Amino acid sequence: MTIPSVISAGFDVDKVREDFPVLKQRIHGKPLVYLDSAATAQKPFAVIDAIRKFHEVDCANIHRGVHELSQRSTAAYEETRIKAKRFLNARTKNELIFVRGTTEGINLVASSWGRKNVKPGDEIVISALEHHSNIVPWQMLCEEKGARLRVIPMNDRGELLLEEYEKLLGPRTRMVAVGHVSNALGTINPVHQIVEMAHRAGALALIDGAQSVPHLKIDVQALDADFYTFSGHKLYGPTGIGILYGKARLLNAMPPYQGGGDMIKTVTFEKTTYNDLPYKFEAGTPNIAGGIGLGAAFDYVTHIGLDKIAAYEHELLVYGTEALSRIPGLRILGTAREKAAVLSFVIDGIHPHDIGTVLDRQGIAVRTGHHCAQPVMDRLGVPATTRASLALYNTVAEIDALAAGLGKVKEIFS
Amino acid sequence: MVDDLYQEIILDHSKRPRNCHAMADANRKAEGYNPLCGDELKLYVRIENDIVKDVSWVGSGCAISTASASLMTESLKGKSREEALKLLEKFHELLTTDTPVTQELGKLVVFCGVRDYPARVKCATLAWHTLKSALTNSGEPVVSTE
Repeated sequence: MTIPSVISAGFDVDKVREDFPVLKQRIHGKPLVYLDSAATAQKPFAVIDAIRKFHEVDCANIHRGVHELSQRSTAAYEETRIKAKRFLNARTKNELIFVRGTTEGINLVASSWGRKNVKPGDEIVISALEHHSNIVPWQMLCEEKGARLRVIPMNDRGELLLEEYEKLLGPRTRMVAVGHVSNALGTINPVHQIVEMAHRAGALALIDGAQSVPHLKIDVQALDADFYTFSGHKLYGPTGIGILYGKARLLNAMPPYQGGGDMIKTVTFEKTTYNDLPYKFEAGTPNIAGGIGLGAAFDYVTHIGLDKIAAYEHELLVYGTEALSRIPGLRILGTAREKAAVLSFVIDGIHPHDIGTVLDRQGIAVRTGHHCAQPVMDRLGVPATTRASLALYNTVAEIDALAAGLGKVKEIFS
Repeated sequence: MVDDLYQEIILDHSKRPRNCHAMADANRKAEGYNPLCGDELKLYVRIENDIVKDVSWVGSGCAISTASASLMTESLKGKSREEALKLLEKFHELLTTDTPVTQELGKLVVFCGVRDYPARVKCATLAWHTLKSALTNSGEPVVSTE
């Protein structure tokens, strides 16, 4: 097998690894091999330091304070919104709403836009690949409104069937909500086409970007998605902070999601006037440290370059796919032609949780279970899989360690 | 190391589970489910004069939950309902506390390694939670270890 030309791609993974302190540890006496970045990515010093500096030097509440610390905190927090605008190529910074993560982003749209616009008999389209967070909020909305949830099916490779999607679209379709990249299988969905088809049917499109933003360059204007949402913690940022992008026209027409401080202009007991975008959707003191940490994460990823990250991860994925395919009895689930850095697999006669435990004792962290995508598991006829997910700090040697670890698993259980 | 968890008896029972079949004349049945793993099992018990005459199960799960169900069914036959529930209590203690291992558990002591793997305790207890449901008819036909 050819060793990927990672050096020629101008990507120095050893240098990148120096940025991630968590990687320098031993687990059960073995070097940590972290292959669970699709669950949460590790954090570079740049992010850790930004959060630390906020707490050590600038800490104050934002937006209304006239004192120095409050102004510094406000500036740092709002700077992240500007970085998010650049990162996604949004039109204005007012189209970027801070949320807790992808889940809250989707819930905000389902609740605010959905309750106002979805009527009995209307239809919401999702896909067979969705994470529970892009199923349940729509299910709740449909239940409340008497609307119908339709599901784009997929083939055995884990690719959505666009001709079936076309048949689902019609005058009753109000929203198409689809993940950009599947967390369980790694499929990269043709979101440009999905959005375009939704628009042609007169529906809106929301793209769940939780798994795409760390791996692909996103341009929301070129994509023309009406909403795009993601979590900071999968992009090497902290947990508890994420972004919801929405077209200003739509966000302006939507009622607030939560009531409280910051989302108002004036309050009397008789009437409250809501604030302008983006603050209308940001009630209460936000996750200020998280927002500042996310800003550092945008900078970190931008500095390395998403193109380089994507190219390097793709080489790892190709190498990993070959390495795992050589293991007898192992079957990779999710073989889409367009795929991001996920290796989901099953081994004949060995339960994923046993695989996970044996790998853990060799210092290898993978995820086992249904990956919050039970319908995907049902469709593929397995209760669970083992998932190794890759990030910019993983190496070819770590994939070799995974393959060797799986050898040990087979030794024990066969 | 990992061999403390996957002891020989556990591996043997996970590969060749005992009493793994449905039972037509069972007079107690219960289902157990572990949503996190997708593990599920159906337990069949035939009780006569308060004595467990026969017990069997069907289901799917990891090595720990399979071996646990298999070894549980072996250890229950001939026990009174009270003795069975007492054994459940002892087994749970074995997995979740640091109390010294006692001989009354018999072969079941092979599960003592599970106490070092907190994430796997629910795998080892699924069959036993289901047993409790079958024996006490707690009104929850499907028990969950989540």
